[in-house]
Amino acid sequence: MSPAPFFYNEMKVNDMREASVLEMRGIYKSFPGVKALQNVDFTLRAGEIHALMGENGAGKSTLIKVLTGVYPMDAGEIQIKDKGPVQIHSPQQAQQAGISTVYQEISLCPNLSVAENIFLGRGEGRLVSWREMNRKAGTLLDSLGIRVKPTQQLASCSIAVQQMVAIARAVDMDCRVLILDEPTSSLDESEVEKLFHLMRDLRERGVGIIFVTHFLDQVYEVCDRITVLRDGKLVGEYEIENLPRVQLVSKMLGKELDDMADIKNNIPVYSEESFTPVYEAKGLCSTEGIQPFDFYIRCGEVNGFTGLLGSGRSESVRAIFGADKVTGGEVRVDGKPVKITKPIEAMRCGLGYLAEDRKRDGIIGDLSVRDNIILALQVKTGFFKPFSKAQATKFADEYIKLLDIKTASVNTPIKSLSGGNQQKVILGRWLLTHPKYLILDEPTRGIDVGTKIEIQKLVLKLASEGMSVTFISSETDEMLRTCSRLIVMRDRRVVGELTGDQLTQNTIMNTIAGGEKE
Amino acid sequence: MTAKTTVKSGSFLSGLLRHQIVIPLAAILLLTLFNLIADPSFFRIKLGMTNAGNPVLTGNLITILDSGSELAILAIGMTLVTAASGGQDISVGAAIAISGSVILRILCGPPGAYSGELQAPIFVAFLAACAVSMIFGAFNGSLVAFFRIQPMVATLILFTAGRSIAAWINNNKLPIISDDRFSYYGGYLPGVPIPTPFFIAVICFVITWAILKFTNLGLYVQSVGINEKTSRLNGLNPELIKFATYVLLGLCVAVSGFIKVSRVSTLNYSVIAKDIEMDAILAVALGGNALSGGKFSMSASVLGAYVLQYLTTTLYKFHVKPESLSAYKAVVVILLVILSAPAVREKLSSLVKKLHSPASSAGQSA
Repeated sequence: MSPAPFFYNEMKVNDMREASVLEMRGIYKSFPGVKALQNVDFTLRAGEIHALMGENGAGKSTLIKVLTGVYPMDAGEIQIKDKGPVQIHSPQQAQQAGISTVYQEISLCPNLSVAENIFLGRGEGRLVSWREMNRKAGTLLDSLGIRVKPTQQLASCSIAVQQMVAIARAVDMDCRVLILDEPTSSLDESEVEKLFHLMRDLRERGVGIIFVTHFLDQVYEVCDRITVLRDGKLVGEYEIENLPRVQLVSKMLGKELDDMADIKNNIPVYSEESFTPVYEAKGLCSTEGIQPFDFYIRCGEVNGFTGLLGSGRSESVRAIFGADKVTGGEVRVDGKPVKITKPIEAMRCGLGYLAEDRKRDGIIGDLSVRDNIILALQVKTGFFKPFSKAQATKFADEYIKLLDIKTASVNTPIKSLSGGNQQKVILGRWLLTHPKYLILDEPTRGIDVGTKIEIQKLVLKLASEGMSVTFISSETDEMLRTCSRLIVMRDRRVVGELTGDQLTQNTIMNTIAGGEKE
Repeated sequence: MTAKTTVKSGSFLSGLLRHQIVIPLAAILLLTLFNLIADPSFFRIKLGMTNAGNPVLTGNLITILDSGSELAILAIGMTLVTAASGGQDISVGAAIAISGSVILRILCGPPGAYSGELQAPIFVAFLAACAVSMIFGAFNGSLVAFFRIQPMVATLILFTAGRSIAAWINNNKLPIISDDRFSYYGGYLPGVPIPTPFFIAVICFVITWAILKFTNLGLYVQSVGINEKTSRLNGLNPELIKFATYVLLGLCVAVSGFIKVSRVSTLNYSVIAKDIEMDAILAVALGGNALSGGKFSMSASVLGAYVLQYLTTTLYKFHVKPESLSAYKAVVVILLVILSAPAVREKLSSLVKKLHSPASSAGQSA
């Protein structure tokens, strides 16, 4: 790591590390029926990266929304260095206090240029000098090591670059506290590395960074301190060196962690010829540019597609479900040839598909939890056979109980649930259709550790009851725990299939890296 | 005990305030209050006789129920279109002219041939109007659903061309139907003192209610309106559903057109149902439905239509001149829309809560 590039010399940085740039004391916030935050303290020092950890519903989002003026707090005090106690009632006031936020979903204008996005809404004068603006933006981006042309349209940049532009905008607005809310969940590895580089650079400049993420690896790679919340209460603040991973997880869950050990690869071994595959495809391909591939899954089997982001694993399962336009291939379900070109045809064949992007392809935001649960089965049942309200509520209650979904009632709009609970609702929706073959694309993304474990256990339980499951996850260890066969993809083609002893991190990595190394 | 019930009614009230139907209900309440204070005779209903000796009820309330019918029927279709496609059909006025023209053409035969004798049963004319209106609805629907054109732009085509098409159907003649039986549908059935359009509106509403109750139309339309991608992945065909709502609106247009023509036994291509598209959109908005699509309440839209008619009738009653009517209407509508804005409603319902909580704590201490 290079020494602090400019702004501060070594000694000053050390001084600043001691000084807290933000102090939150005794924060209380409740919503109808929920005490979201109870007496939470949080301290952020200048020049540190501070992880805010906790399960869904622990109060992370609420704390951040209180800090950024989205929600008013019920009681408590917020102090900013050099400014004393501040009242933050709106995002604008937060901005003025030097607090900037970069959300998971980027809140910039995709149709404007990079430079316009950086300076939007901050013009002092009335006239815009485009050349001056682009020049300033260029200097700023250069100083942060972000390689993008200021005149490029934001929408044409990768998500990672868009995020960095959002950060650049924050930095240029003289922010002392930078909040990064799940910034890495849609980035691939090299993009994450670039983001971390930028974060470390900002740390050297004395910015205090609050980092919210579900990836434990990333926390240990980049953070200095961790604050853990659970059920709206502060569990504690820890130096990263003093808190091993296992302890962190157990603090987040509030119990000693032997649960992980429960999930073991106790999947029965199939004699290959004894069963007809539940689903079988030959030469399947779609308009999304995957190379034709063969695939099968047997009754009660859990398999998975693995590969880097963009390797084509999602596109493969979308082709199986008919979610993209299928351009070729022969498909058999239970040995009988069928045509699956539309989701409804897949559903009639007994398939279910939980999509990767929950917000875009999973939830119907304004509809109630009940309607979201019954939707797929209702569509499958038919236009003229609606369930009575009582029947629908019964279905919904059944899965709310089975999956332990935390919702105020069946009438609550799904969008007001936490991410993990939304995911469980979608899972419940597909389980309700009693599929023979369920495809789960990133079911554990962006949700808390506890729910992740629950979902993995559920997958194994369903398989033991005879359901076939395809499970995709960016976290390889999750796949190793659940899958008995892994299909490895690279550059939109299937490059290998791993079973039995081959199922180790190393083999997977080697297969993914494959030919490029030789 | 008392304290408990206060709290309960408080939460019930604030819960009701969150429901969208509260907007048209509150508007009706306000208008009623205004009329009660200003002139209670507004609500007087008299039993009169027509020239033919039929008993009929007259009065402002009857006028509202009568004249609001076409708008209420259109609001049903417009609500579905809005919910599914997140846009509005601005061609309904022009489409009413077309459907009216079709009815005249069927009843009177080729232009110039009409001699006072109906050339076809009224029922047949009505069915023909339905078929033609649904074809035009399908035209709009396919532009929106399959070609993905903005609803307002797509329906602008028919909005522009519709009245010319209507004139062309009857070769720009305006035949007047002298058969009494035809005027029943826009006036009174013999022996029934309540105007027929109101019955037709009620029948349409009941049929719609039954469709929403006994099919999945409501769920499908809302799903597609909220999240098209998810809907597709759950086996729905979003294009087909959007298309269908435009065809259904076509049906509503035919019924409205039928009433409109029956009222005057003829039609004027350039004047009939003028600006009714804006009123229909307004009815949907007054019902608290998001014009960007998604969740909807059919009853709220229909009530919204009657609120508009109530307002118009009230203004007429207070001798507002027809030419300045729109300005007055606009003022009231602005007030209603502001009151119905989610931000304002949220404030109101928390105000109700605050008003109730000191009352309940006082009850407990006593």
